[in-house]
Amino acid sequence: MGGFLDILYFIVPISIAYAAPLIFTAIGGVFSERSGVINIGLEGLMVMGAFVGIVFNLFFVDTFGAWTPWVSILAAMVVSAIFSLMHAVASISFRADQVVSGVAINLLGIAIALFSVKMIYGKGQTDFIQEKIPRFNIPFLQDIPVLGPMFFKSVYGSSILAVVIAILAWFIIFKTPFGLRLRSVGEHPMAADTMGIKVNRIRYIAVIISGGLAGMGGAVYAQTMTNDFGHATINGQGFMALAAMIFGKWHPIGAMGAALFFGFAQALAISSSGIPFMQNVPSVFLYILPYALTIIALAGFIGKANAPKAIGDPYIKGSR
Amino acid sequence: MSNRLINVLVPVISIILGLLVGAVVMLVSGYDPVAGYTALWNGIFGDSYAIGETIRQISPYILAGLAVAFAFRTGLFNIGVEGQLIVGWFAAAYVGMAFELPKIIHLPLALLAAAAAGALWGLIPGLLKATLKVHEVIVTIMMNYIALHLVNALIKVVAKGGFKTDKIHDTASLRSDFLSELTDFSTLHYGIFVALFMVFIMWFILERMKLGYELKSVGFNENAAQYAGMSVKKNIVMAMVISGAFAGLGGAMEALGTFGNMSTRAGFTGIGFDGIAVALLGANTPLGVVFGASLFGSLKYGANNMPNAADIPIEIVSIVIALIIFFVASGYIIRVGLQRIGKKKEAK
Repeated sequence: MGGFLDILYFIVPISIAYAAPLIFTAIGGVFSERSGVINIGLEGLMVMGAFVGIVFNLFFVDTFGAWTPWVSILAAMVVSAIFSLMHAVASISFRADQVVSGVAINLLGIAIALFSVKMIYGKGQTDFIQEKIPRFNIPFLQDIPVLGPMFFKSVYGSSILAVVIAILAWFIIFKTPFGLRLRSVGEHPMAADTMGIKVNRIRYIAVIISGGLAGMGGAVYAQTMTNDFGHATINGQGFMALAAMIFGKWHPIGAMGAALFFGFAQALAISSSGIPFMQNVPSVFLYILPYALTIIALAGFIGKANAPKAIGDPYIKGSR
Repeated sequence: MSNRLINVLVPVISIILGLLVGAVVMLVSGYDPVAGYTALWNGIFGDSYAIGETIRQISPYILAGLAVAFAFRTGLFNIGVEGQLIVGWFAAAYVGMAFELPKIIHLPLALLAAAAAGALWGLIPGLLKATLKVHEVIVTIMMNYIALHLVNALIKVVAKGGFKTDKIHDTASLRSDFLSELTDFSTLHYGIFVALFMVFIMWFILERMKLGYELKSVGFNENAAQYAGMSVKKNIVMAMVISGAFAGLGGAMEALGTFGNMSTRAGFTGIGFDGIAVALLGANTPLGVVFGASLFGSLKYGANNMPNAADIPIEIVSIVIALIIFFVASGYIIRVGLQRIGKKKEAK
C-alpha cells in the first residue's frame, strides 16, 4: 500500500503539471466553439504562445526578475489573441472554411515561430530560460493527510491559475448575459440576431478569447516542461486540448476534468518505467491513449456529446 | 467576369498574394526579398539536378493532394492524410525489407501494402462517420497521432530497438538509374509515374465509373442521393478508403523511392497537411491537383536553397504556403472583389 501511495505522490503532481496547459487551451476552445466557430488552430495558437513566452522571458528576465514568467504568459496571451484574429477574420468575415483556416493557423504558427527563432538566434531552438514558473506549497491544505502531498505540495503557480480560469469560464459562460449571448450565437445565430445580438461581434470576441487562452497554455507548457523553444516544443498538445474540449462536452469544468485525465495519461507515458505494474505495458499504448479515448468518446460510448448546433457555418445575415 | 474565369483567378491571386506577403515579411525582417526569391527560383529550376529533385518532391504531394481532393468530392474532410501517409510509409518499408521476391512481384506488393495500410487508416473514420455520424475531422486528427506513435513503436520493434528500419531490397525499389543520370544524379525515381497514374485513376473513378458518379452525388446532396437509391453510408466508407489508399501510396514514395527506409519521427512530415492546400488550389480535380502539387513541391524543395544562397531561413516558404491556404480559403472575399472590378468595367 505504501508503495502505491508513493506512486501516486509521484505521478499526480506530474499529471497536474501536464494538465494545466491543456486546461487553458481547452477552455479557449470552449469559448470559440460555443460561439459556433471551430478552432482546429489551437495547436498553432499554442505554438505562438510557447514561442512568445520563451523569447519574452529570455529578453526581459533582467527587467522583471522573478515576475518574468508571469509577464511572459501575459505577453503570450496578447500575441496569440492578436494572431487568432486571422482565424476570426477568415472564418467569420471572409466566410472561409473554418477547418481549413484552422489548419492554416497551425502551419503559420509554427512557421512564423521557427522563422523568428532562426532570425534571432541563428539556430533551430532558443536558449534555456533561467526564471521558470515558480512552485508553491499551499498553506494548510498541504497538511491534509494523503491529499495534501498529492495535490497541494510544490504546485506550479500556473496550475492554480488554470483551475481559477476554469471556474471563471464556467461562471462567464453559464451565469452572465455575455455567456447567454455566446451560447445563443453558437446554437441559433438567426434567432440571436433577431433578438438584437451582434452575432459576428460575439464570435470575434470568442475567437480572440480562445487565442488568448491558447497562448497562455503554450507559454505555461514551455515554461514548465521544456524551458526552451524548438520545432517539437508543442507537439500535439493543441489537438489534445481540442480532444479535452470534446471529451468535456464543450463545458469548462468538463474540459478541465478531461485535461486532467489526459495529463495523467501523459504523465504515465513518461514515467511508466518507474512504476512496477506499468513496466510491462509498452509506452506506445499510453501515448495513444488520449487520442484513442477521444475517438471512443466521440463514437458515443461515453455518453453522447453534442456540439453547438451552428458550429462551422458562417452567419450570413438574411439567409435561412 | 465569367464564373469560370473567377474560378481560375482565385487561386492565382491567392498565390500572388501569398508571395507578396512573403516578400513583405522578408523585407520587414531585414532580408532581401529579391535575393530570396531568386534563390528559391534557382533552387527549383537552377540546374537539371535541382529539377530532378523538385520532381521527386512533387510525387508524394500529388498523392496527398489526390487523397484530400477525393474525400472532398464526397463532402468529407480528410485531415488524416498525414497519418495515412505515415502508416503507408511504414508498410511499404516493411514489405520492402522483410521479403525477398522477384521485382515484378515485390515492388507491386510493397506499393499495395502501403495503399492497404492507408486504406485501413481511412476505413476507421469512414466507418465511424457512416455508422455513428462521428465527425471525420476530429477522428482523422486523432488517427494522425495514433499513426505517429504506433509507427514509431513498430519501427523500434522491427529495428530491434534501433531508430530506423533496414534498407529495402532493390527488388522493391522505385529508384531509377535512368532518371537519376538524366538529372545529373538526383534522387528522382519512378514514383512520379506511379503518382501520375493515380491521377488518371482518380479521374477514371470520378468520371467514368458508376462509383464516382455516386460519390459525387453524395458530395453534392446527401439527401437527394439517398432518395435516388444510393447508399450514402457505403459511399462515405468507400471515399475514405480510396482516399486513404492514395495517401498510403504517398508514403510509399518516401519508403521505396526517396529514403529506402523509415526512421522514427518526433513530428509529422507535413506532406499530408500541405495536401489540403494542394487539393484546395487544384479545386479538388485530378488535373488541378497536379498543378497544386507542382507548386508546393517546387516551393518546398526550392526553399532548401534559400539559407545557402540568400541566408534566409527556410521557414519563409512555410509562411508563404500557410498564407496561400488562408487566401484560397478566403476565396469568397476575393470573388467579391473580382466581381466588383468586373462590374465597374462593364459600367464604363
